[in-house]
Amino acid sequence: MISDKTCRFAPNIDDKKMAKHWWKALAVLLLLFTLIAGFLVKIPAIENNEQSTRNLFFHVPMWISMYTLFTISVVNSVLYLTKYDLKKDILASSAANVGVLFGVMGFTTGSVWATYTWGSTLTNDPKQIATAVALLIYMAYLVLRLSIHDIDKRARVSAIYNIFAFAMLIPLTYIIPRMVDSLHPGSASSPGFRSQDTDGTLMMVFYPAFTGWTLLGVWIYTLRVRYKRLELKNIFK
Amino acid sequence: MINRASYFFFTLFLLCTSLMAQAQQQNTETGPINEMLRSNGKIYVVVTVLVIIFIFIILYLVRLDRKISKLEHQQQSKP
Repeated sequence: MISDKTCRFAPNIDDKKMAKHWWKALAVLLLLFTLIAGFLVKIPAIENNEQSTRNLFFHVPMWISMYTLFTISVVNSVLYLTKYDLKKDILASSAANVGVLFGVMGFTTGSVWATYTWGSTLTNDPKQIATAVALLIYMAYLVLRLSIHDIDKRARVSAIYNIFAFAMLIPLTYIIPRMVDSLHPGSASSPGFRSQDTDGTLMMVFYPAFTGWTLLGVWIYTLRVRYKRLELKNIFK
Repeated sequence: MINRASYFFFTLFLLCTSLMAQAQQQNTETGPINEMLRSNGKIYVVVTVLVIIFIFIILYLVRLDRKISKLEHQQQSKP
């Protein structure tokens, strides 16, 4: 049994694939472009946003990165439940962990932005409140994992919880805020930034920006996966 | 191994949300920091946002780095 488990965590092709570097260089280049162009590009005047519209290149990609990581997480949780392969559990938990990091960054930066454009740090904006709830659901996932010591039991229980958490995440943060009036652009009463961006300069920086930030998130995620594999290999030895 | 730091950050985040809900009642118009952040077309809001992102990523990487160092240390002392 022990040898079976040690071999499950042995470094294999997956590890080598994760250590490949070209997309990390791409992430750095895209982020460099984002930082430079993000501060220099000419932006349209959108209500009382003034220069803070540039946050579109920094605050919004946090959420896209978070969605990507939570999607990776839920896919791996489903895959775990089909074959009970603990490797998938490592992938799922690491993605959720880094996803929460990006969610917290998105929430904090959003609060700062809200203070100076909407006039309050925590407004009664449905998107802001629903996102805080969704983040707490995912934090509960991490706390749930910390509370179960048996590795297999932890993997099964948290995989099922993770599927429910994802099923709550999408309506809370994406569907409901779009159906009701919200201060956020892109909701029922306010148009998205794209409609004010007549010459497409915002989108020209926004697409590289969210690709770069998402790749950075995936990079941190692979680091955590590699660390967790090493740690578990040690435990089973 | 349950990390105390993670409990600390959870608690901190929970406290922050409740504090911000209270701050909603107060007027945030005055103060030198608020004036600075509203000057120059609110560009310092963007700077603050980037600083927050930077601090979070660096803190996360430092924690990860420490964990990996600990692991490497264990691995060296074992065989």
